[in-house]
Amino acid sequence: MIRIVLPFHLQILANCGREVTVEVTGAITQRSVLDALESRYPMLRGTVREHISQQRRPRVRFFVDNTDVSHQPPDAALPESVARGERPFMIVGAVAGG
Amino acid sequence: MTAVRILVGTRKGGFILTSDAGREKWSVAGPLFAGWEVYHIKGSPADPDRIFASQTSSWFGQIIQRSDDGGRTWAQPGSTGAAGPDGGQGMATGASNLFAYDTSRDTGRPLTTHQWYDGTQHPWKFARVWHLEPSPDDPDTCFAGVEDAALFRTTDGAATWQELAALRGHASGPDWMPGAGGLCLHTIVLDPANEQRIYCAISAAGTFRSDDAGLSWKPINRGLRSEHIPDPTAETGHCVHRIAIHPSHPDTLFMQKHWDVMRSDDGGDSWREVSGNLPSDFGFPIAVHAHEPETIYVIPILSDSLHYPPEGKLRVYRSRSGGQQWQALTRGLPQEHCYVNVLRDAMAVDTAHPCGVYFGTTGGQVYASSDGGDNWRAIVRDLPAVLSVEVQTLP
Repeated sequence: MIRIVLPFHLQILANCGREVTVEVTGAITQRSVLDALESRYPMLRGTVREHISQQRRPRVRFFVDNTDVSHQPPDAALPESVARGERPFMIVGAVAGG
Repeated sequence: MTAVRILVGTRKGGFILTSDAGREKWSVAGPLFAGWEVYHIKGSPADPDRIFASQTSSWFGQIIQRSDDGGRTWAQPGSTGAAGPDGGQGMATGASNLFAYDTSRDTGRPLTTHQWYDGTQHPWKFARVWHLEPSPDDPDTCFAGVEDAALFRTTDGAATWQELAALRGHASGPDWMPGAGGLCLHTIVLDPANEQRIYCAISAAGTFRSDDAGLSWKPINRGLRSEHIPDPTAETGHCVHRIAIHPSHPDTLFMQKHWDVMRSDDGGDSWREVSGNLPSDFGFPIAVHAHEPETIYVIPILSDSLHYPPEGKLRVYRSRSGGQQWQALTRGLPQEHCYVNVLRDAMAVDTAHPCGVYFGTTGGQVYASSDGGDNWRAIVRDLPAVLSVEVQTLP
């Protein structure tokens, strides 16, 4: 099980709590984790990654173990702690605005 | 009439204001989609219980919401058909939020570039839905005006959207340039007498008309004069802020341009200025009285640099002659220290007798007049900045 922490507004959209879990088969990467998230919660398509380009939206960041992994390639392996379910893959809305 | 329902989009959510039959007492519901920008909420004329909303965020993109019970409950349209956490309706698939420019060989146009602020060419990229225009007779059909400028249509209740690509693909497209708010298609007017005729306005490209239900378009900006562009009378490039029409006179259009209030009596083929005695002819919204086709309303602000009312006095101006002669309407509106703005989609009328007029401000007030503009009162005073106001007159 992969643990994913969602920002407040996406919890509302998906009608779920702060943390969700998804099954991922194969390599544990940003892409495979987000694919699994969007498969489980299809209403989140386009909110984390842009619909067509599948690029991370500019004001969304990904953190693991207090480390910003937003700029890592989408097919790079995520840390073992995420793959083992010890630590969540955190989707964070950038602090900005008013 | 049993009630008036005002659909208010703001910077931090949507609100629904509902009156009694006398338009005296109002209830306030909301915020809907709290924390998100709600650019526009509009009900279907064919089914007032069906309402579409554009919920958008610089963080998480575009969401389309739909209500089928007059705004009490909302859902993202479309579903997998299987039961999901939102009940027996199944999960929305996310396709209702997908606005993909049509580049297909059969119906689309190549994804070209448009001018950017610095004069370079910039790829067309979807940002948000500015305006939703439901069909007058089919509750499943709705048009959407988006940034970067394009026109989309749904015929399945907003489950999916398809671009009417001929507009974006117009030969002038690479010359279109964004206004300060982005290259947005912000106004859609469906001719009530001719379902083939659609008007659109784009900042800062100008006004366009289709006479074949969106298959082809032509710019209709003859008569406009914009001193801030290299050729003040160019075919395109004008910063049109809003156009309005009365159902009984579909060939007469009224326009609030960046500067100048304009009218056309030939379906937009030619325009003439009717700013007349306005204290400033800069503004954003323009509206037509529900029962008097020559009675129109604007809310002047001082200038393109100073987006607030002249002299700090919030005044609606009414012309009963289709322009040129304007009367200030002030009763009940603040006449000192008022520095709010009223945005292009933030004024609307009801169809009751006498006609009600409503507008929302960037200061969060929603003002109402139930006598055609003679007297005003604030229904609410402290909402987030108002982006849009639409009105439903309930039977």
